[in-house]
Amino acid sequence: MATLDEYKPPPLPAPFTNTNPPPILLTQGAEAHLYKTTSLNPSTPAALKIRPTKPYRHPILDRRLTRSRIVQEARCLVKLVKEGVSVPAVLALDCEGQGGEEASWGGAWLLMEWIEGPVVRVVLEQWEAWMKAQIHLEETVRISEEDRVRGLMRRMGETIGALHKAGVVHGDLTTSNLMLQPFEGESEANDSVSMEGKIILIDFGLASQSAQDEDRAVDLYVMERAIGSTHPRTEPLFDSLLQGYRESYKGAVSALKRLEDVRLRGRKRSMLG
Amino acid sequence: MIAIGMEGSANKVGIGIMLHPTDGSEPRVLANVRHTYNSPPGEGFLPKDTARHHRAWVVKLVKQALREARISADEVDCICYTKGPGMGAPLQSIAIAARMLSLLWGKELVGVNHCVGHIEMGRLITGATNPVVLYVSGGNTQVIAYSSQRYRIFGETLDIAVGNCLDRFARTLHIPNDPAPGYNIEQLAKKGKRLVDLPYVVKGMDCSFSGILAAVDALASTLGLAGAEQAQNDDDDDADTKNDKPTRADLCFSLQETIYSMLVEITERAMAHVGSKQVLIVGGVGSNVRLQEMMGIMARDRGGSVFATDERFCIDNGIMIAQAGMLAFREGLTTPLKESTCTQRFRTDEVFVKWRQD
Repeated sequence: MATLDEYKPPPLPAPFTNTNPPPILLTQGAEAHLYKTTSLNPSTPAALKIRPTKPYRHPILDRRLTRSRIVQEARCLVKLVKEGVSVPAVLALDCEGQGGEEASWGGAWLLMEWIEGPVVRVVLEQWEAWMKAQIHLEETVRISEEDRVRGLMRRMGETIGALHKAGVVHGDLTTSNLMLQPFEGESEANDSVSMEGKIILIDFGLASQSAQDEDRAVDLYVMERAIGSTHPRTEPLFDSLLQGYRESYKGAVSALKRLEDVRLRGRKRSMLG
Repeated sequence: MIAIGMEGSANKVGIGIMLHPTDGSEPRVLANVRHTYNSPPGEGFLPKDTARHHRAWVVKLVKQALREARISADEVDCICYTKGPGMGAPLQSIAIAARMLSLLWGKELVGVNHCVGHIEMGRLITGATNPVVLYVSGGNTQVIAYSSQRYRIFGETLDIAVGNCLDRFARTLHIPNDPAPGYNIEQLAKKGKRLVDLPYVVKGMDCSFSGILAAVDALASTLGLAGAEQAQNDDDDDADTKNDKPTRADLCFSLQETIYSMLVEITERAMAHVGSKQVLIVGGVGSNVRLQEMMGIMARDRGGSVFATDERFCIDNGIMIAQAGMLAFREGLTTPLKESTCTQRFRTDEVFVKWRQD
């Protein structure tokens, strides 16, 4: 059986084989590899998302899925940039898998604007760790700290609202797919974790164009579950996100109503009465 | 300590006897016997017939298991039975048998969650310590990861289980239910070559199979491939190969490729999410070699490994109930007679996993 030491990421597609310095692998997600590289000139950073071919899948099915997903992702991003939602801009893409050494490479890639800053998951993890480390936490400090997180959650809700208003649903909303881009030049005078900055949505690999309450509600539900499972201390503050969302656009009320139904789903949930 | 496990949540009745040596050495399987109720081709198993089958077999199997284990009833420490989830009538018949033995022998009862039984047996047999678990069977489809004393469900089916999708397509094609419809689909799929376009339904971490079943069923009837008469040609190796139309084998092949890709995809997503490198496949569909192969390729590309068991432990059995029940029993968790009910709905994440501290 393969072990971690033997693993090598798949080779880069052309033209990135010639980039100097070579792209740096940042993360291996479930679907794609994310690299940091440059675009056109060496001082402009860019994010390169490569969807390698999935060898476990039948080649025809793999081609069909890889192609439709990268095209879908690019279309959503382009639409959102046009609508003024904060997402990275699309710089280039190859959906036909022509970038490989041989025709069988089969993957696809998408080059996007580089976003500076941490993902919200890291911010919240640092904050939760900071809170835990405070042995004597004064009540006033605790409240002001929680208010800062509530503010962050509210802004997250507003950003998600703007996304939905534009007619796009994300499909995989977790705290790993929201970034906090710090404002330039300024920083808070606070020994806790900074919550200042602009919320940017990333990773539209599962996004689709939809204005249905059902899809919007599922987005919110995925977010709720993600926060519940990864940020236990932040979970009680989730209502601030919904509050921010509610106030962000007109259709929010009916989407939130649908969320109540979505919460009750799932197979073999115990049903009383 | 010795536990006897009684399972009967679907069409198999299984009795297992598990020994946990008091010196802390490896647990041992003393007996693991099973009998399966098979309905004729084109039909599924109905609750009342299945329950009748279980009632007829349970005593015979308990006696056989005790004989194989070379122990007497006095040596048993606890009686573990499947509390749920599963089909109502079969569950009841086994719960009644468990209660009877408990009163007859004067032993403690332990009600066990069927899914947790699969997970604990898989962990014991394969030695996987903290894997992402894909639990796939005729009644369940879940991607599970352990976190702070719960087996949490990361993704699951939104409608029917993957095994149910396979079983029902086997019914459409009149493929025999013996030894298992999924096994027979797998054999037929080996002859298939053409990939037919089917819906591919992954919704976040969850997936759905009912639309795929409807699509492949419709395709089978449009092409005139459904029914008992067509089933007679399955052994004929070069039937229809010159033809341009997809064959029965092609449909089985395409169905397997599509739904297993979906399962591997959501499992990979859960692995990426929790940062785990191990996958454990449990449940009846887990004995499918093609699924294991695809999962192996995925795990290899992530620098991890896949753990799977064979049909003795993958398919519903009594020993897994004994294993999970024994773990609970050793922590002092028992089920009083008054509470020894069974339930069709019993989610994996409802169980408090007292025996794991990590």
